[in-house]
Amino acid sequence: MHSIAEGLAKKQRKISVAEFFERNKQILGFDTSTRALITSVKEAVDNALDACEETGILPDILVEIRSTDDDEYLIIVEDNGPGIIRKQIPHVFARLLYGSRFHSLKQSRGQQGIGISAAVLYSQLTTGKPTVVTSKIGDGFPAHKCTLVIDTKKNRPEILHDEMTHWEKPSGTRIELPMGGTYVRNRRQSVYGYLRSTAIVNPHARITFVEPNGNVTIFERVTDKLPPQPKEIKPHPYGMELGTFIKMAKETNARKLTSFLSSEFSSVSIQKAKSIVETAGLDPSSNPNKLSLENAKKIINAFKKVRLMSPPTDCLSPIGEILIKRGLRKEMDALSPEFISTDKRNPSVHSGIPFLVETGIVYGGNLPSEERVEILRFANRVPLLYQEGDCVITRGIKNMDWRRYGLQQRGGKGIPFGPAIILVHVSSVNIPFTSEYKKAIANVEEIEKEIKLSLQQCARKMKSHLSKKDKKVKTKNKFTLISKILPEIAEKSSQVLGKPVPPIDDVITKIMNIVWIDDEVKYQEGRIISTISITNYKNKAQSFELYAALPDEGLLGGVNPEADEVKREYIMWKINGIKPAEKIELSFQLLGMEKGDFDENTLYVRGIDPVNVIGAEKWEGS
Amino acid sequence: MTMAERKKDAVKEMLKIADEIYEDLKNSRIPELQVPSRTKANIAFDEHHRVWKYGTNKSTRSAVSLAGAYMLLRTIYTIDFIKKMIEQNKSSTLREMYYISEGWGEGKFSTQSDSDRLAEDLEILTKKLREDMSLRPEEDGARVMGDLVVEEITRKGEKRKIHCQDDVGDSGYSIPYNVEKEKLKFKETNAKIIMAVETGGMFDRLVENGFDEKRNTILVHLKGQPARSTRRFIKRLNEEKNLPVIVFTDGDPWSYRIFASVAYGAIKTAHISEYLATPSAEFLGVTPSDIHNYDLPTDDLTNEDISALKSELSDPRFHDEFWENEIKLQLKMGKKSEQQALAKYGLDYVTDKYLPEKLSEMGYEM
Repeated sequence: MHSIAEGLAKKQRKISVAEFFERNKQILGFDTSTRALITSVKEAVDNALDACEETGILPDILVEIRSTDDDEYLIIVEDNGPGIIRKQIPHVFARLLYGSRFHSLKQSRGQQGIGISAAVLYSQLTTGKPTVVTSKIGDGFPAHKCTLVIDTKKNRPEILHDEMTHWEKPSGTRIELPMGGTYVRNRRQSVYGYLRSTAIVNPHARITFVEPNGNVTIFERVTDKLPPQPKEIKPHPYGMELGTFIKMAKETNARKLTSFLSSEFSSVSIQKAKSIVETAGLDPSSNPNKLSLENAKKIINAFKKVRLMSPPTDCLSPIGEILIKRGLRKEMDALSPEFISTDKRNPSVHSGIPFLVETGIVYGGNLPSEERVEILRFANRVPLLYQEGDCVITRGIKNMDWRRYGLQQRGGKGIPFGPAIILVHVSSVNIPFTSEYKKAIANVEEIEKEIKLSLQQCARKMKSHLSKKDKKVKTKNKFTLISKILPEIAEKSSQVLGKPVPPIDDVITKIMNIVWIDDEVKYQEGRIISTISITNYKNKAQSFELYAALPDEGLLGGVNPEADEVKREYIMWKINGIKPAEKIELSFQLLGMEKGDFDENTLYVRGIDPVNVIGAEKWEGS
Repeated sequence: MTMAERKKDAVKEMLKIADEIYEDLKNSRIPELQVPSRTKANIAFDEHHRVWKYGTNKSTRSAVSLAGAYMLLRTIYTIDFIKKMIEQNKSSTLREMYYISEGWGEGKFSTQSDSDRLAEDLEILTKKLREDMSLRPEEDGARVMGDLVVEEITRKGEKRKIHCQDDVGDSGYSIPYNVEKEKLKFKETNAKIIMAVETGGMFDRLVENGFDEKRNTILVHLKGQPARSTRRFIKRLNEEKNLPVIVFTDGDPWSYRIFASVAYGAIKTAHISEYLATPSAEFLGVTPSDIHNYDLPTDDLTNEDISALKSELSDPRFHDEFWENEIKLQLKMGKKSEQQALAKYGLDYVTDKYLPEKLSEMGYEM
């Protein structure tokens, strides 16, 4: 992918920028007038979020779209980030392919530096008007307001007007882009849809959105904690591309081939570097700056033959199960979903690039039950809105049999139908996109596998919720039966026959013939209180072990009565001889969680035939 | 047995059912009732009566499930209701019983088909007819036109003779819901056959063309799937006056089922088939072969038609050469036709040509 970008950069020297843009409108995301607006907002918001996070500021972003003329809008995006120094403003906003992350291997939203300047160029091409950028780098500094255009012949910024002004904000950047385009709402592929999705995966951000009709939506943050700053890592030899490798060799300060390899790549020690060079049949002390194309190929081939450790994975910054759940719960509130399950995988590696998959499923409530499920795709906290069919996320979903988890799917393949929304987030230092403009993730086997594993876990939780609900209905039916219908049968039959009412206790025990376990989760004064009740409806005393699963996050508070075993994953009580018709209550508390973070117990039993139990499943070991 | 005795007997039998449930509870058993399963898989040919009756498969209504418990509770409420009704010398329609159940709390029926079904279950369990339980159907019997004198006991208790051509208008004599001997007697007739006709349109066509007089036929309108009283009327007339029964319907799977319920017994009422079915009844048409031979206007079979035909192939009542050939032919043609499609050749064609030809093929020279 880097090599394509380089190709673009080279090409762009030969033809004018405007012409280049015209030819590549589609890959840049400006091919329709609706999409151009969304893309411009997206580029500006991505930059704003990245800038805030890099400097440890909780993002507070304003997005405003004003209708200025027929089919002409003014897009305003303002952040509370660190600001940009005056000298850099024209370069950041008005020069294609200018960016600091072009070669860096670090999880971030932007990867090419094409985005925002393309929006500026599009603005200029459609309206003939300049872009206005205001930025302030801190208290005590003045704000600079630059009015600029791109000189399309030279690919150079041109400042039309520059002034110092007063700005209330301590720091931040504001961009005003006039733009020809079409504003739509009420569909997923819209500025609103994009911002809503962005809010779900950026639970630390507050986004205020003002629409052309004056409508204001605030996507409020659900956490005050910034995600940990992803670490920058060196590239891993596995999956290295020739073009990138040659560029790195040319630019390195290392004098020897071996020290170049050991200092600029991860998981390569001096020993490993030596054996790579040896395998390639080259001189270890040769100058990497003078590496020939042929020799570079040899080293690339040698990479594949030498066993290396996997790259470090602390470079990834996943969102986390609880925050995904909170984000979904907040943004899906209007649908009053019945259940939300989430899952986070451990980091994994493809072609030497670490990545991590997180998923979530929203189920039930007001979601339409006969339609295709909605898919929310994300890469490094950025929503992917287009080319759903080409994306590995969609592929992973299609290749899973959803029927066993309670959704409809013809022939067990394809996008399932049912009242659900499926969220998949892939984070990586280098997402393998299918094209330059990041719309879909390429078909990488390892990524598809991780997506499926994660969704399976999520779907299992959903299924277990559904069967629990089903069992509850059945249990409720049994209670109606024994508490209402059966006594009435006894009474009415004795009345018709003119005989005394017979006792029915024995028949009740026979009809129920189970141990009934019910649970309730409450949120009270900053803690989650989970109460489990056990009633023995069998005709003999019962003894067994009851396990309650604990969530990954949250702190275990009071447990009552004292548990017989407490592990990070579960609590276990030994139930000793609960008598027929006896009822026992157990409870535990979870601290440091919010309402909705934990809303359903997963209970298991051991030492009793699970057929005789309603409300808990068979314990299969931790 | 007089009616009063039969009713007393029915109450006795019903109380036995209530007692079974009561005794189960008293002896710590989960109460249950067993009823023959009422599906086409559970009907068997009764050699003695030459009709199809329920086989030996039973389905159990047990209080172990909520649905079963509701059913038992409703059964007891129904028994109580019928017992009181008979004690007070009243009767009610099935629909009235359904509405009365509104006051039965948890025992109330959710649909009328539930309450109709329970009445049938009670017939099966007590081996009594629902008339003996003072329950009567909503629908009355259909119309009759022909050279027949019936003697009805009117509601004032008087005997009245009615000639089913001379004493009635063009719509014919109307069959009452009770057609037992204490209510209705067959007197003189000169007719040669009874013809049971599915649709009102065709019945009226035959009447207008004077088919009943010209061909000495008693025409009986079936009104679609015939009511019990219509079937009982045909059976009694067949047995007491020794008249052959010919069934004339549309040419589609639903009509074949109408014939089956007249001739073999319906699945829903297989417990009283020997009382309702006329084993000697013969099917005249419209057959799939007729559609072809008479080149009748047709409609395409719908998916429901096709699955009904296929289901008939696995219905034991249709296991004979005639029906298997005709049903397979129809599936192959993919077409169906109505009796009134015969009008393609003019209004008199059915009475002048089609019926005489078909009857003659069947060995009736009229």
